[in-house]
Amino acid sequence: MRVLRPGLLTTVQDCGRRGFQKHGVVAGGALDDVALRIANLLVGNDDCAAGLECTLTGPDLEITSDTVLALGGADLSAVIDGLPVPVWRPFLARAGSRVHFGAARSGARCYLAISGGIDVPVVLGGRGTDLRACMGGVDGRALLANDNISSGAASPLAEAIAALLQSQAAHWSAGRSVRPGYSAEPVVRVLPGAEQGLFQSKSVHALMNEPFEVTAQSNRMGYRMAGPSLELRGWQSEMISSPVTAGTIQVPSGGAPILLMADRQTTGGYPRIAHVITVDLPLLAQAPPGTMIRFASTTLEEAHAALRARERNIRQMREAIRLAVRMQ
Amino acid sequence: MELVPLGDCAILIRIGETIDARTHATVRAVTAALENMRGVEVVPAYASVAVHYNPVLVSHARMEADLRACLENITPGAATPSRLVEIPVQYGGESGPDIEDVARHAGITTDEVVALHASGDYTVYMIGFAPGFPYLAGLAPQLAIPRLPAPRLRVPAGSVAIAGEQTGVYPIDSPGGWRIIGRTDTRLFDPASAEPTLLQVGDRVRFVAVD
Repeated sequence: MRVLRPGLLTTVQDCGRRGFQKHGVVAGGALDDVALRIANLLVGNDDCAAGLECTLTGPDLEITSDTVLALGGADLSAVIDGLPVPVWRPFLARAGSRVHFGAARSGARCYLAISGGIDVPVVLGGRGTDLRACMGGVDGRALLANDNISSGAASPLAEAIAALLQSQAAHWSAGRSVRPGYSAEPVVRVLPGAEQGLFQSKSVHALMNEPFEVTAQSNRMGYRMAGPSLELRGWQSEMISSPVTAGTIQVPSGGAPILLMADRQTTGGYPRIAHVITVDLPLLAQAPPGTMIRFASTTLEEAHAALRARERNIRQMREAIRLAVRMQ
Repeated sequence: MELVPLGDCAILIRIGETIDARTHATVRAVTAALENMRGVEVVPAYASVAVHYNPVLVSHARMEADLRACLENITPGAATPSRLVEIPVQYGGESGPDIEDVARHAGITTDEVVALHASGDYTVYMIGFAPGFPYLAGLAPQLAIPRLPAPRLRVPAGSVAIAGEQTGVYPIDSPGGWRIIGRTDTRLFDPASAEPTLLQVGDRVRFVAVD
């Protein structure tokens, strides 16, 4: 496909890089990895194939050869040749047709999966774009007008899906049980951070009971949050840099928390008050600036049970699609 | 050593509270002991090590038990011998816009700043902030200087800089608040390589002044 208009920030993303954090290379990957994975499964791809992450204002794309596409995540009012396309259901896109994204109806990031996945070189174990290190994706940058994007070889399943959609619309979609529980006022669950004990108890109380707003100073690295100031108990010398992870909530001396996302650094120098659990990260990925977020405490056991349940649901969806295609 | 959860997909091994040679030796020994553990990603820092794991494949209890078993047998200081890497640096002028501030702060000449910086024997204590960015210990105490009050929006790749008692080299163009005293043409980060960074934790570094 060819990019007619790139949109606000459209990047190639996959499930991120593993094994290079010791070199200071960010893990990265789709901010809402679940939406990308589901969109990939809907077209018959490997769940972690590279797709497009479209942010708030999506791109205009011209399809250059017949293919199958699927959208996951935010509803950015996508249309193909003027006809609305649903999120979470694969559709045939014929050569010459145009995909246009309009206003954001809900969420912040829409993922476009293409049959065969986006074919860009693998750099350090990933195809995703690392905007700060200028690597991966298309020349290490966000898409620009006139970029040509090609897809890789389609799997047998993806080919079967493409053949099927020539004659009929897809009769499968991703059900609610497998999709993240998005909300305009998300409540995300957190575990205590390594330095939570250094904070005043009223600050920990405020974190768990007051809403915090996603500010405009938010990007793929992290969200700066506005809300009650979170204060340490006493004077602390500057903390020694220590590892962080996606979901870490760190608090600089100003008292405004920063919620770390996929493109976070590998280490950070601020006290870690809490960590958002992995299954709730997609809720944050879909929270545009202005969203009020609430935090709720949970346990490691609950976090792991939720993660296992999610992976079970995704596995079941994959099998259901295989069956649905084979039965035809 | 203390093991605490770092979110729900990593465990933080706390080794110490200070930046010093002994703590660094233990960090290296811990990292080496975990190197062959499968299915995990080990990220060493100054005084702690993170172990990222997949809780869908292995339970937290099992992971913690495996880590404790690995950590039982470590001998701090017995890490593999370190390499020595020389980095040529063009000091001062346009390459090092902050060298005069560093000299003034130390009460010495810029030539003395160069002589002191280039005679140091440095050790990579940590890689972080950016791909391949080395946090180097071993700076002459006289050269210590606080960060810039307002970080620059763009520090060019190759900039050799000082912050507090640390020195380092920016591998890629990035924002930054360290005081820039020189620049190297040596590439510290090459994403096309399987070993993408020139330096690794534990390496020894010397800077060589060039014109």
